Amino acid sequence: METIQSDVVIIGAGGAGLRAAIALAEADPSLRIALLSKVYPMRSHTCAAEGGAAGVIKGDDSLDLHFGDTVGGGDWLCDQDAVEFFINEAPKELTQLEHWGCPWSREKDGAVGVRPFGGMKMKRTWFAADKTGFHLLHTLFQTSLKYESIRRFDEVFTTDLLVSDGRVQGCCAIEMRTGEMLQFQAPAVIICSGGAGRIFPFTTNGAIKTGDGMALAYRAGVPLKDMEFVQYHPTGLPGTGILLTEGCRGEGGVLRNKDDYRYLQDYGMGPETPLGETVLKTMELGPRDRLSQAFWHEDKAGNTIPTKWGNCVYLDMRHLGEEKINERLPFVRELAKSYVGVDMVTDMVPIRPVVHYMMGGIHTDINAATPMPGLFAAGECACVSINGANRLGSNSLTELLVFGRRAAESAIAYLNGAQKPAVDTAAADRQAAEAEGRIHALFDRKDGGETIAGIRDAMADSMESGAGIYRSEELLKDTTATLADLRKRQTGIALKDKSKVFNTELTQTLELSCMLDVAQAVAVSAFERKESRGSHQRLDHTERDDTTYLKHSMAQYRGEDAPAIDYLDVVITKSQPGVRDYSGAKS
Amino acid sequence: MSERQITFEVLRYNPETDDKPWVQTYAVPCQEEWVVLDAINYIKDHLDTSLSYRWSCHMAVCGSCGMMVNGEPTLSCKAFLRDYKGNTIRVEPLTHFPIERDLVVVLDDFMEKLTSVKPYIIPKKEKPVEEGEYKQTPRQLKNYKQYTMCINCMLCYAACPQYGLNDEFIGPAALALTHRYNLDSRDGGRSQRQEVVAQHEGVWECSFVGACSEVCPKDVDPAGAIQQMKIASTVDWYLEHLMPWRGK
Repeated sequence: METIQSDVVIIGAGGAGLRAAIALAEADPSLRIALLSKVYPMRSHTCAAEGGAAGVIKGDDSLDLHFGDTVGGGDWLCDQDAVEFFINEAPKELTQLEHWGCPWSREKDGAVGVRPFGGMKMKRTWFAADKTGFHLLHTLFQTSLKYESIRRFDEVFTTDLLVSDGRVQGCCAIEMRTGEMLQFQAPAVIICSGGAGRIFPFTTNGAIKTGDGMALAYRAGVPLKDMEFVQYHPTGLPGTGILLTEGCRGEGGVLRNKDDYRYLQDYGMGPETPLGETVLKTMELGPRDRLSQAFWHEDKAGNTIPTKWGNCVYLDMRHLGEEKINERLPFVRELAKSYVGVDMVTDMVPIRPVVHYMMGGIHTDINAATPMPGLFAAGECACVSINGANRLGSNSLTELLVFGRRAAESAIAYLNGAQKPAVDTAAADRQAAEAEGRIHALFDRKDGGETIAGIRDAMADSMESGAGIYRSEELLKDTTATLADLRKRQTGIALKDKSKVFNTELTQTLELSCMLDVAQAVAVSAFERKESRGSHQRLDHTERDDTTYLKHSMAQYRGEDAPAIDYLDVVITKSQPGVRDYSGAKS
Repeated sequence: MSERQITFEVLRYNPETDDKPWVQTYAVPCQEEWVVLDAINYIKDHLDTSLSYRWSCHMAVCGSCGMMVNGEPTLSCKAFLRDYKGNTIRVEPLTHFPIERDLVVVLDDFMEKLTSVKPYIIPKKEKPVEEGEYKQTPRQLKNYKQYTMCINCMLCYAACPQYGLNDEFIGPAALALTHRYNLDSRDGGRSQRQEVVAQHEGVWECSFVGACSEVCPKDVDPAGAIQQMKIASTVDWYLEHLMPWRGK
């Protein structure tokens, strides 16, 4: 087995991983950086983000306002020290991206433009038309090519963390091109592997978002935090789940039910705003959790429109006019035309809520450090937490920049710390050999009549029915039982493809196992949280309960058993829990 | 929902067991709104778990799933079955690239070429982040914006007859990205990129067939970028040889 020695290994080369790599290379050109990804960096799912990245730059805005929006939007489950750090750093990071060439949309005088976004009291979302994530990712990737010290390993699939004496020592990974196992020894590892939307059947997330990095850390003993908080984006295209950015509503798009009625006014987000006039933080510019929940109620009330892809409501953009749509939202116009055959210039687009983002993830502190010495995490795979119980749109692109860099800085501080961490090479070798043995054993499994697609679909359907927009003890009991069963049944999948080169049956099997672990953490955490907060809504516990649950859920891996759920206090510095008010009636 | 039976002829190649590529056929019950990628996923899930291919976003932005569909370089997630008449569709890996396995091609060549053209801002003068953003008017943005839209899907390399003949040619996507940075008002790196671009394997290798721009799923128009760079290189040459005192 080939062994690669590095100072820092980064697992995942999307926005957070690339930002971390660049920060490491800039801080110290002598650092040996290994940047691993199961895909080429430009395929990472950051590319699918559309709407924008939040950061305070305009004179009428303030850091305090961004703080208040974020903490309230997160239903007070955010760690406020982390939010404050994040908001302070946000404008610097977005400006840095500007210097690196990100084609931000501009105002007439050449200044960076900002657009309104849901749950934000001011316009503060920087955007590059409606392909912000794509441009951000490619800007970072292309910029990373400047640095010779960033050694990329494209299309390697990380299977295990190496851990000795409680400290991370590197990881091992399958080189997909050869099927050979590689061992990466390094005293510091940063996980930036993205979310896990594929545990649900209907998601905006690409095929690669299978929670691999979350599972790596979880199995190594690092808790997964706040996993029950899963964001449904209110406007996905039916059938495919393709995202129509919140920018649609930011630019003035409205939601209508089957009677053309702007139903959000019935769910605490009224009164109705005049067509074509966006009023911040109300109606269509309410937060994502509230909008998705309103859809659920409309559907139950029979106010949705049946389509062959399930029940929908309409996103109406017609009043914006062709010129504005082409300037600000050309990509979503093209997507709606291609995938549902509707031109938003002349027709309303059918949409429905779609799983979009995991607020939860690998437990990290404000320094992007996990409890395991040497192990850091950033981006969607991590939970700092700045997003609390509901992320505000456009905070996550900024988050991966701020905490990608932070993780790099923390890794450097760790390397230079008093203890001078070193790798126990004998232990690492032994663990890597064991990991390789486990992969080989997969090829020898007996056929138990199970299939990847069969177990994956059963998992996803069970998540949707039990851990969807609304949950209950009864529903979650079913889901947790199903998941426990599926975790056992997956050993009955026999690999028919015995080859080494680019064996995607093998990687899908590994991904499925990661998804099942992550899904179980979501469902069990949801079962244990007997309150309603943000994106976690319980039909049997409809109120927020700050006395018991103003706390982070911590799911601890317990092998074949379901995880143990523990709780950790939320950090509150200056904003006491209050009422989330998105009615337009307030001052 | 109406179903349509389509036979997919898929090129298979496993370097461990096959001397050369061969064709396997699959009968797939397709939904009318499907794209080619949906049918391939159906094959993978229900008919043959050993088929290898790349895909992720299913919304034509990650650039993973480029393939030859009925002989044309195509993003399979954007190739709607309704646009294909007949009952047979042929799917092959992108041409002009070595096959790694089945529909997966080797991308090393492009990754090296992309790196060689320095696709990043080389500022005229370093400006600290604390000094804020560079001003860039909407007109200046428009100047290069089209060339930022490249998703690196490699369809243009598969379409380019010159790249097929001579793989030393830097090729459409990498040249379009070179042009993108040259045109950016924040950049001062054009002369550094010219060393690569103005050589024979750079812009001059292009014979302006324009196939790259035709297949581009993002309307980047690499052919237009290359022609503009040829003109700029020619101007450089004249300035250097006829007016040698300029720029010295």
